[in-house]
Amino acid sequence: MSLLHWAILSPFLLAIIIPLMYKYAKRVHTGWFVLWLPLVLFIYFISKVTKISNGTTIRETVQWIPSLNINFDVVIDGLSLLFALLITGIGSLVVLYSIFYLSKKKEKLHNFYVYLLLFMGAMLGVVLSDNLIVLYTFWEFTSLSSFLLIGYWYHRERSRYGAQKSMLITVFGGLSMLGGIVLLYVMGGTFSIRELIAQAGTLINHDLFIAAAILILLGAFTKSAQFPFHIWLPDAMEAPTPVSAYLHSATMVKAGLYLVARLSPLFAAEGIWLWLVAGIGLLTLVWGSFSAIRQTDLKGILAFSTVSQLGLIMSLLGLGAAALHYPIDDNIYIATTVAAVFHLINHATFKGSLFMVVGIVDHETGTRDIRKLGGLMSLMPITFTIAVIGAFSMAGLPPFNGFLSKEMFFTGMLSVLTLDIFNFETWGVLFPVFAWIASVFTFTYSMIIVFKTFTGKLQPEKLEKKPHEAPVGMLISPIILAVLVVVFGLFPNLLTDSIILPAASAILGDAMPADYHIHISMWHGFQPELFMTIGVVLLGIILYKTWPKWKVVYKPFTEKWSFNSLYNNGLKYMEYGSNKLAVNTMTGSIRNYLLYIFFFLIVSLGFTLFWKDAFSISLDNTAPIGFYELVLAVIISIGAISILFVKSRLTSIIVLGSVGYTVSLFFVLFRAPDLALTQLVIETVSTALFLLCFYHLPENFRKEERIRFKLTNFMISLGVGVVVTLIALSASSTKLFDSISQYYVDTTYTEAGGQNMVNVILVDYRGLDTMFEITVLGLAALGIYGMIKLRLTKQGGKKANENK
Amino acid sequence: MKTNDVILQTATKVVSLVIVLFSIRLFFSGHYYAGGGFVGGLMTSAAIVLIMVAYDMKTVRAMLPINYRILIGVGLLTAVSTGLIAVFQGDPFLTHYYGYFDLPILGKTSLHTAALFDLGVYLVVVGVTMTIIQSIGESE
Repeated sequence: MSLLHWAILSPFLLAIIIPLMYKYAKRVHTGWFVLWLPLVLFIYFISKVTKISNGTTIRETVQWIPSLNINFDVVIDGLSLLFALLITGIGSLVVLYSIFYLSKKKEKLHNFYVYLLLFMGAMLGVVLSDNLIVLYTFWEFTSLSSFLLIGYWYHRERSRYGAQKSMLITVFGGLSMLGGIVLLYVMGGTFSIRELIAQAGTLINHDLFIAAAILILLGAFTKSAQFPFHIWLPDAMEAPTPVSAYLHSATMVKAGLYLVARLSPLFAAEGIWLWLVAGIGLLTLVWGSFSAIRQTDLKGILAFSTVSQLGLIMSLLGLGAAALHYPIDDNIYIATTVAAVFHLINHATFKGSLFMVVGIVDHETGTRDIRKLGGLMSLMPITFTIAVIGAFSMAGLPPFNGFLSKEMFFTGMLSVLTLDIFNFETWGVLFPVFAWIASVFTFTYSMIIVFKTFTGKLQPEKLEKKPHEAPVGMLISPIILAVLVVVFGLFPNLLTDSIILPAASAILGDAMPADYHIHISMWHGFQPELFMTIGVVLLGIILYKTWPKWKVVYKPFTEKWSFNSLYNNGLKYMEYGSNKLAVNTMTGSIRNYLLYIFFFLIVSLGFTLFWKDAFSISLDNTAPIGFYELVLAVIISIGAISILFVKSRLTSIIVLGSVGYTVSLFFVLFRAPDLALTQLVIETVSTALFLLCFYHLPENFRKEERIRFKLTNFMISLGVGVVVTLIALSASSTKLFDSISQYYVDTTYTEAGGQNMVNVILVDYRGLDTMFEITVLGLAALGIYGMIKLRLTKQGGKKANENK
Repeated sequence: MKTNDVILQTATKVVSLVIVLFSIRLFFSGHYYAGGGFVGGLMTSAAIVLIMVAYDMKTVRAMLPINYRILIGVGLLTAVSTGLIAVFQGDPFLTHYYGYFDLPILGKTSLHTAALFDLGVYLVVVGVTMTIIQSIGESE
């Protein structure tokens, strides 16, 4: 185990100790015991930056299940490092924030931090694993811990609903992804991502390639809340705000982006991958920003804004993958990937700070409803400043980092116009148009967040608490993030060489020129991007000002026609349908179950018989029919058929007895004296037992009654009879080999010292069968004895053994 | 009204002995002629049932103080131990041995371990039949 492995596992180990800390150090907020770990990890990962930016990758292996090719392989390259820094960095800030956000007295802090640490460790595992199965394991761990965190206030109905919804959707995606991973293993023979990418050229021709791509994408899309799986994210806002800031803006939802970025070199050769990633990303972007405006809950707006920003990054990743199809020199699509990476960082900073701001507003006023909020600017100046920085960055205004990444986004989208592969030349023109529209919406809702909350009139009567500025501890984390927003905006090249370039070259692999240099500048001249941004701002301001007037646009998108109701109804009707199915088939009536069993017997046997063309009749080996056999056959048929028509049960018992005695006569006729003897005695005993049963029947069951005729029963009985007869005929007509009985005939005396062959077979050749048959008899007798003697009554066995 | 079953009871005394003898005959002849442990056991039970019908359960219990459930166990044990003999001899389970022996009084006699196995079957069958009939007969 290397230090790197311990780094991944350390949150899990700390999670074991946290409940003890909570129990025995009650005076200190449990969060302080947690805070050091992400900080230490962050510093640890920072220390790797220089090494990674020099182009090396760190690789460590620990054997887990070597026989199945599953090993705990950990690799750090630029992309993994970027994510690890985000996870630990934002993780530290979120833990710090949560110390002041969650009350020491009211909340079950040990649960919270255990879940959070589980999540942190799982997330580190996802981004650092090289083995797909290990990645999947950690992936499901993130789903599980996210489920626990969303349902943290489990006494609330909405929390449980949100937790269940996110669980169902992400686990659906996770399992699809597992399918994709298995397909990749079938194709490539390895679970290692690097080894798979190395064989990308041969894998693309495999039949399963597209199926694997789609399954993996399902996993990525559900995790990253892409259209139409985005519906779980707004409902996950029921979690405590630190959780929303950490999981649902900065880390977990980016796991899908990570996966897409990581596997791009493998799948990007396929056009469907490009179309799906870029197209679904763009759709998510537009739909998310469009839906965000209509929300009235601040966290709801941020949730949809997260959805739309994730779509933005996803579409950039999709288009960036086009770089693999063009010559290395002068490749404009590399910039698209760089934009994706840059925006990934920017989004984590401004969205994290915005969530924390909303948490502060919620914490200090008691509501998150923008219809109740207003005029907080003078009361909460610091919070307001942070909100302005975060929201303006999200809207894409200079001098913040969001402006830069949005310019790069426009550049990327405009470059679609020159894309001439996979039919992008026909529909690709829609990309910049949609991107521009989505940016306008983004601008509008960013303005709504800031100005509806902090400007206007204060409505103290609608607020639960008297609003005031947040405590310092709660402000530290958002201030740090806001400072980062500004710093990255003013000095965008701070991170290019150390983080962004290694990450981009990890995504693009060989397509990245060795001497590629990124230069992000605030001013890039009078390019189309600049005019697009000016247009965004102008139209955005108009939209914001006239917002109450064009609200009507949302009228057609009622709750009834949303994806939520599709999900809800889908769930409802699935439950309803399976319940109906169970109620209709599992009637509890044994008659029905027998009908099913016999029906399937007829279908499966009859179908096989004719499908395999096995039916045949040959009269070659048949013995001549004698007079006695004919007579006995007539007798037994009369007996068997008349049972169906007699009225009294007593008669049918006696007729059944006659059938049994006729069978024993058959045994005599076919020269089986042992069988005849036994059959005679057993038939007598069983007839006596039947009579005994009859004697004990309740009065109203003893009345004479004909068997009611039912067509289904008749058909099924007839079918079983016909099928079994046909099979018996075919079986006896096609003898494949001779019987082995000649051996018994020859050796009964010489080998076993007997002359009654039947008995010698029973006790000598096949004595084991006999031994267990007498065991069966013994068990039956003891069972009968037990049933009669031990009558446990309903009063808890008080009257038990009363018959002794 | 108390019925007088004197004819039945007298006849039973004779007939049941005949049935028992017949059942023993069926049992021993199993290896050479029709019969064996199964039918033999059933016949023995038939004799006991006849006594039950003619007299009553109490008389039979006084006459044959046997716990038939234990008889089932004894029978199973006999059958299994017959098989185990072979295991101790180093042969597969349930291998049988036979041969002619000179016994003190009987002279030259053929003996076969299969008969021991059959004895187990016989005991189980008697035990099973009697357990069933006795429990049903005594229940209300």
